[in-house]
Amino acid sequence: MYGLAMAKGLMVTLKNLTKKPFTVQYPEERLKQHPRFRGEEFVWYEERCTGCASCAKYCPLGIIKIVTSPSETAPAEGDKYRLEEFDIAINRCMFCGLCVEACPYDALFMGSGFEQGSYSRQDMVITIDELRQADKHPSTFYRPQLEAQEYDPRGGRPLDWRQVGRESWQWHQREKAGMRIAGRPAPGDGDPDGEGNQLSAPATGEG
Amino acid sequence: MINGPNIRTEPMTVNIGPQHPSTHGVFRLRVTFDGEEILQVEPIFGYLHRGTEKLAEERNYTQVVTLTDRLDYVSSMINNQAYCLAVEKLLGVEAPMRGKYLRTLAAELQRIAAHLMGIGFILQDLGTLGTPLMYCFRSRERILDLFEMLCGARITVSYMRPGGVFFDAPPDFWPALEQFLRDFDEEYKELGQLILENEIVMVRTRGVSYLPLEAAINGSVSGPVLRASGLGWDWRKVEPYDAYDLVEFDVPVPPYNPAGGDNYDRFWVRVQEIRQSVRIIRQCAAQIEPGPVRAAVPLVLRPEPGAEAYGRVEASKGELAFYLVSDGGISPYRCKIRSPSLLNLTVTEHLLVGWKLADMIVTLGSVDINMGEVDR
Repeated sequence: MYGLAMAKGLMVTLKNLTKKPFTVQYPEERLKQHPRFRGEEFVWYEERCTGCASCAKYCPLGIIKIVTSPSETAPAEGDKYRLEEFDIAINRCMFCGLCVEACPYDALFMGSGFEQGSYSRQDMVITIDELRQADKHPSTFYRPQLEAQEYDPRGGRPLDWRQVGRESWQWHQREKAGMRIAGRPAPGDGDPDGEGNQLSAPATGEG
Repeated sequence: MINGPNIRTEPMTVNIGPQHPSTHGVFRLRVTFDGEEILQVEPIFGYLHRGTEKLAEERNYTQVVTLTDRLDYVSSMINNQAYCLAVEKLLGVEAPMRGKYLRTLAAELQRIAAHLMGIGFILQDLGTLGTPLMYCFRSRERILDLFEMLCGARITVSYMRPGGVFFDAPPDFWPALEQFLRDFDEEYKELGQLILENEIVMVRTRGVSYLPLEAAINGSVSGPVLRASGLGWDWRKVEPYDAYDLVEFDVPVPPYNPAGGDNYDRFWVRVQEIRQSVRIIRQCAAQIEPGPVRAAVPLVLRPEPGAEAYGRVEASKGELAFYLVSDGGISPYRCKIRSPSLLNLTVTEHLLVGWKLADMIVTLGSVDINMGEVDR
């Protein structure tokens, strides 16, 4: 009996010996994450951001800093707030994605990076300028419209702010009043947004 | 103490941990030995205390989900589930059917992952130098890949929300799940061949560290440790939550032994439970129907003042429960966590005293504690 169990065990070992290894040699070989992966390199679209600070309020750790100032020429149309600061201290970030979930305007997205190391804490704070200049490869986390496009964040094609929103533009109440910036598609007259997404739909009326 | 005409020995107190690699975390034991035999044992913990209960009091109800991931970090999904059930009871809402199925499915995948780790580490403690552990990890890795598809993270998942789950599974999840289950059948069979009948495992674990049923009940022990002592008590059966009343599964219990459950029984229960989890997952995947996954609850929740709720689940280690009290604000007034690992440690003395040093680590492994949950 002793020998039999040993032989059985060794058979398993032998069988696995001939199999292809399951592990990969990381820096040379890479596994591809799923498009929904919640990673760093946050993607932020200034054109979509109204400075409502929902993300900052919803962050469990309070690592998003937003400073706005009243302005007549803010990029997000219809809103009178210009963003002065938008810092994300990703050294304390736990990538829970609640900020992205809270964003009602589809302005903030998770990224799909996972290998940012740094020698100082200051380097781990993403500032507004870095966010503006970064290549936009948003993760499809909590953004069904990107999943429907079969968009892959690692695919190499950066997305601009017109491509990442939900289909309908109804969420922006002020846009209906005719306040619109150049290049922005006209609001669809038909179906209002909110199918299965009533949680992040903003309150109607003046925001 | 052996006192002969020419020989006189004294008991010796040895400190094991908190950095000992075999104590499964920062767990410390002060053990008094007589030679190889344990005379006295004192578990000391608190090295991983992060104040989760207090932190929960200053975050809103949804944000607390992220804290629960970090309790028992090898079974985050089940922690999410326990917390969300408690909040749902507090609010009086119920998750939609698809949300319930997805939660059940995710929790069972997580149970497999957690049990694989539990089994792997018992074998590691027995001195297998990692090979069976790596077989277990290989299968676990596949489950973590599925979680990445489902929610974007592998360990700290934060997948569930009060009122369901945050999002539906992506379309490529279902074929991947099917493929995993097919491969896992083979891997599970291999694992069984490798370990369940292995003579060395039998010799080292059979008849070691008995835990009688009475002692287990008196110590509020739950989960596989309790079931190994001969009582088929499982909250999924006793008080079904989510979709557990809609699926069929058995609660594996070893044949009753008046002396109690030994290390092998605890090990055996986990191996058998994996098979039941696979059964549940298959049924969930077959029964799930399209529909909403999350009830219409707002992001910031405000339960009634004075409301209280106790939500419990059968976690991979035993009964995990959250007791929440609301004062009408946006965060819980009190969040008490009943963690199975902590209560399973109450029988440490019973399990270890009288046994040998070499069995001590294996016995601890068979209880399968997780320090993130013990200290909270």
